[in-house]
Amino acid sequence: MTRRASRSLAAELLGLTAMALTVVWSSGLEAQGRGGQGRAGDGTSATAKAAAPIDLTGYWVSVVTQDWRWRMVTPAKGDYASIPITASAKKVGDGWDPAKDEAAGEPCKSYGAPALMAVPTRLRITWRDENTLQVETDAGTQTRQFHFGNWKPQRGSATWQGDSIAEWERPRPARGVSPKGGSLKVVTTHLRPGYLRKNGVPYSAGVVLTEYWDVSTERNGDQWITITSTVEDARYLREPWVTALNFKNERDGAKWDLTPCLAR
Amino acid sequence: MNPWKLGALVMAGVLVTVPAFAQFDLTGKWASRSGQDAMERGPGPDPVDYLGLPLNDEGRARALSYDYSLMSLPEGQCGYHTPFYIVLGPFGLHMWNEFDPVTGRLVAWKIGAWVDKDIQTIWMDGRPHPSPNAPRTYGGFTTGRWEGDTLITTTTHMKSTTIRRNGAPVSDHATMTMYMVRHGDLLTIRAVMDDPVYFSEPLVRSRVWALDPRGNLNLGNGVASPCEPIAELPRLDIAGLVPHHLPGQNPFVNELTQMYNIPVEAVLGGAETLYPEYRKKLTGYVPPAMCKRYCGCGGLGVPCIEDGSGVPR
Repeated sequence: MTRRASRSLAAELLGLTAMALTVVWSSGLEAQGRGGQGRAGDGTSATAKAAAPIDLTGYWVSVVTQDWRWRMVTPAKGDYASIPITASAKKVGDGWDPAKDEAAGEPCKSYGAPALMAVPTRLRITWRDENTLQVETDAGTQTRQFHFGNWKPQRGSATWQGDSIAEWERPRPARGVSPKGGSLKVVTTHLRPGYLRKNGVPYSAGVVLTEYWDVSTERNGDQWITITSTVEDARYLREPWVTALNFKNERDGAKWDLTPCLAR
Repeated sequence: MNPWKLGALVMAGVLVTVPAFAQFDLTGKWASRSGQDAMERGPGPDPVDYLGLPLNDEGRARALSYDYSLMSLPEGQCGYHTPFYIVLGPFGLHMWNEFDPVTGRLVAWKIGAWVDKDIQTIWMDGRPHPSPNAPRTYGGFTTGRWEGDTLITTTTHMKSTTIRRNGAPVSDHATMTMYMVRHGDLLTIRAVMDDPVYFSEPLVRSRVWALDPRGNLNLGNGVASPCEPIAELPRLDIAGLVPHHLPGQNPFVNELTQMYNIPVEAVLGGAETLYPEYRKKLTGYVPPAMCKRYCGCGGLGVPCIEDGSGVPR
């Protein structure tokens, strides 16, 4: 082979390699795409419901295998185990008085979004509309709404369930193929101050709740939701409070049992 | 060689080295971030605290026969936990991967050891699990596969040991499945222990870690510690003595009821106790007036009450 031919071959190989890398790299870039809604097969924007990579709808039940003594029953006043509280949070918690909350008509203080998923409950998850996923709990009769797309919060008073912005997260495609599955990311703000735990461990109005909802199927066919939750509150938490909570799918709503908020 | 053929080979080579579907990187040091189970991960559970465990009658009977002095028997001193301890214990994770030096393909993920848990190897190369009759080890045998962005592992061939540090048992017929998913710098592991011998339904637990690039985290020595059994308790020198509680004679059965007002039926666990409707059976429950031990106030500069006296120290 002449030197010129050798150079030409080298240049072609370089070009081909670059082309191959571009193909791979671009598939990776596509993979990292995130978005509240999605993209339909024809390239148009799909609704969040149509673009859902996982199906969260249906009935789900808390399975309390962790922190039973702090979730299934109300722990003693002053029990802050597992929560990285600040000294000011301890001061508030030490003054917890459920009778006072009842008298003030505020028995739902421990049913706000940062605490609600740890309450032993059933979930009923439905699509309220094409871009709003609704999560209801029978314990405390609460409703959360996860808004996808360009939803803008309405001005108004903070609420127990706050304003939740949602987006789908998808696995990175490889070799041009999009794998199944994905996660739901939800960020909730504008929350009315309440309790992280029924015994009065407080969170403030500045709290931010970030959740990742994942679905998995077990060997026996049971489907589970795992919610990885991070609560950030500069006033009452020394560091983010991170938990992971599990819910098992139920065939129907036969055990759905609406109950009011209880302060104690 | 024809340049196009060479190019095709290059292209094939590049594509072959692309990671298989949707994997994410698990390598590094992961610091424990779970704001759950503080007592179980820290000081340890009370002697008879089976809250949240789906024990069946056999599992409960074996749990109640457990005596902590068993750990002082020479054969008990060097026992490890199963990999389920990953979601029970207090430590961080050190994870790395191993590749075939010739093909470059991933062979296994490794989860580092702790002082009382062996290195866990997660085989990713498609090898089968051993025969059902193969010997058991504390670490068992684990294989893994990716499903979307979730690494799913299956562990079999574990020795019978404890599922909680107070003697609640798990048998050597158990199968453990782990679901590992990463969100940014958070790693969540949901572990499912399915034990047809001692549980009436699978036990599910989750825990979260955060990537710690400084790698300065508690790994409980980070190695499976060498162990030399010694005589710890003179009374155990009597040949054949096995510490135990006979049926109906465990002295700690009512301890949690006395301290926390929780009915003994709940303390002894069982699948029924894990579900929200069980709270209807707890209507007579009244919380203790004030937390008196392990109240979680450490780190605040505020004295904790941890000895049951009610007096901060």
